[in-house]
Amino acid sequence: MLDVNRDEGYTTADGRKIGRVAMEMKNITLRFGGVVAIKDISFDIRWGEIRAIIGPNGAGKSSMLNVISGFYHPQEGEVWYKGHLRPRMRPYQVARTGIARTFQNIALFEGMSVLDNIMTGRLNHMNKGFFSQALWWGPAAREEEENREKVEKVIDFLEIQHIRKTPVARLPYGLKKRVELARALAAEPSILLLDEPMAGMNVEEKEDMSRFILDVNDEFGSTIVLIEHDMGVVMDLSDRVVVMDYGKKIGDGSPDEVRSNEEVIKAYLGVQHD
Amino acid sequence: MPDTLLFAMEAAVNGLAAGVMYALVALGFVLIFKASGIFNFSQGVMALFAALTLVGLQTGQIPFSHLINAIFGTRLHHFGFTLPTVVAIIGTVAVMVAFAWLVERYIFRHLVNQEPIILFMATIGLAYFLEGLGDIMWGAEVKRMDVGIPQGMSETVDDLTFAWFGYGFFVDTLEIWAAVIAGLLVIGLVIFSQYTKQGRALRAVADDHQAALSVGISLRFIWVLVWSLAGIVALVAGIMWGAKSGVQFSLSLIALKALPVLILGGFTSIPGAIVGGLIIGVGEKLFDFFMQPIVGSATENWFAYMLALVFLLFRPQGLFGEKIIERV
Repeated sequence: MLDVNRDEGYTTADGRKIGRVAMEMKNITLRFGGVVAIKDISFDIRWGEIRAIIGPNGAGKSSMLNVISGFYHPQEGEVWYKGHLRPRMRPYQVARTGIARTFQNIALFEGMSVLDNIMTGRLNHMNKGFFSQALWWGPAAREEEENREKVEKVIDFLEIQHIRKTPVARLPYGLKKRVELARALAAEPSILLLDEPMAGMNVEEKEDMSRFILDVNDEFGSTIVLIEHDMGVVMDLSDRVVVMDYGKKIGDGSPDEVRSNEEVIKAYLGVQHD
Repeated sequence: MPDTLLFAMEAAVNGLAAGVMYALVALGFVLIFKASGIFNFSQGVMALFAALTLVGLQTGQIPFSHLINAIFGTRLHHFGFTLPTVVAIIGTVAVMVAFAWLVERYIFRHLVNQEPIILFMATIGLAYFLEGLGDIMWGAEVKRMDVGIPQGMSETVDDLTFAWFGYGFFVDTLEIWAAVIAGLLVIGLVIFSQYTKQGRALRAVADDHQAALSVGISLRFIWVLVWSLAGIVALVAGIMWGAKSGVQFSLSLIALKALPVLILGGFTSIPGAIVGGLIIGVGEKLFDFFMQPIVGSATENWFAYMLALVFLLFRPQGLFGEKIIERV
């Protein structure tokens, strides 16, 4: 049984110390007209952990991610972030608080090069406005240079040097996913949200992506929230798992706990055996 | 060199100059269409309104004077002072930026996620509103635009071509200036969109709204920015067309000439707007030159639209537009 202390956190299976609460979802309910997408769900995300949200198709996982990133606004419940109740925010405002995300159906700037795409991730780190860029070239150029260096680091890290100048539209699916991850990483986010990072990939690409996710967490200490419906992948990657089914939370704990949870087994396997 | 060829060359050169003027109008359309998918029907009226405002500020006209006079029985018309051209241009830019902000705040913010046809209808309404506003604010009489750009036959071109061919071409100096200014404008826009933070954000929004939001770009800010840029382009077009043919309400109709330019060049391409404008300008003049004996005069009224029709049949995305392939 994973022993999670409210204030001090816990130690993972591989011996990493997980710290305090970064974000807490309290009694979130999200409705679209009469359809209840998320029903009274609470859970927390702690600094430095890899937190997975899993569930069958239509369970409300992506809706939950959209609530965190501000694309959806829940009718009930509270989002606490860095110890404060978060007011209603637009998605771009949420992004500016240090929450970066990827999308299930890849949302890249297709007409721009890989490098330019990743540079957009740095927009919030560029403070020099338009007029200072136009009138005071020096500092703005230096700022561009510094951000470029950060981006190059991410490019090296994700091993996409060879495609930096390629327009994104020409890339194969697996690489696009990696570029999208790079753009999110370039923002140096406090919390990184990944919506089905492995969807539609072959086995080899999945292994690569898993390795990158672990490395990102390890190297940058990033807090990662990821959604998957491929159980196997999730169990190997994550420290703690929230399981959703029909908009409700049916399990929450370490991968082992979740695996042996009766309701989870029913939700996942029951369908197949019935 | 045979005379016919020389006359044709002269016509072509004049066509290039006219093409630049069309391209100036088309440019404003492309900016807004690229960033927001809105076909802004009011672009032509924006050019008219900017020109009216500029002349009004320059000559120290009192805005709404007709209205004030009608209500209070006064006889106001001018403040009695004139503004230097530079100050008037800066003032007009400020007015166009304020206009951009108002358009976003009171029209398009309320129409987010609506069908393109609804946004298009909104811009038609905006066009009529702006035309009326221009009338009430500055009066309906034809005004002279004078911002200090020289006009009349260019002696230099005349001398040069006379030395080369023994025949001097007639080219209006104003149109040479228009070409230079249009060139600078395009270079400025390219530098802005490629090398500044806002430019990168603008390209991002033009590409994918959702992704732009996720990296922290405010769509509202970008919309105000892009309408402001379109307003500045409209001002440049308004100055040029106003200097050429006077600031009058028929200026708003130049928007119609921009349509075939956009169909040729593609709705989303800045270079396309320029090349499309040039092709139409040259095509018009040459067609007129060669076909006049056969089909009569005034071909300039319809040639551009016919060319656009041919393009729609064979290359509907335009020369530089993105080809849209739908998967089924």
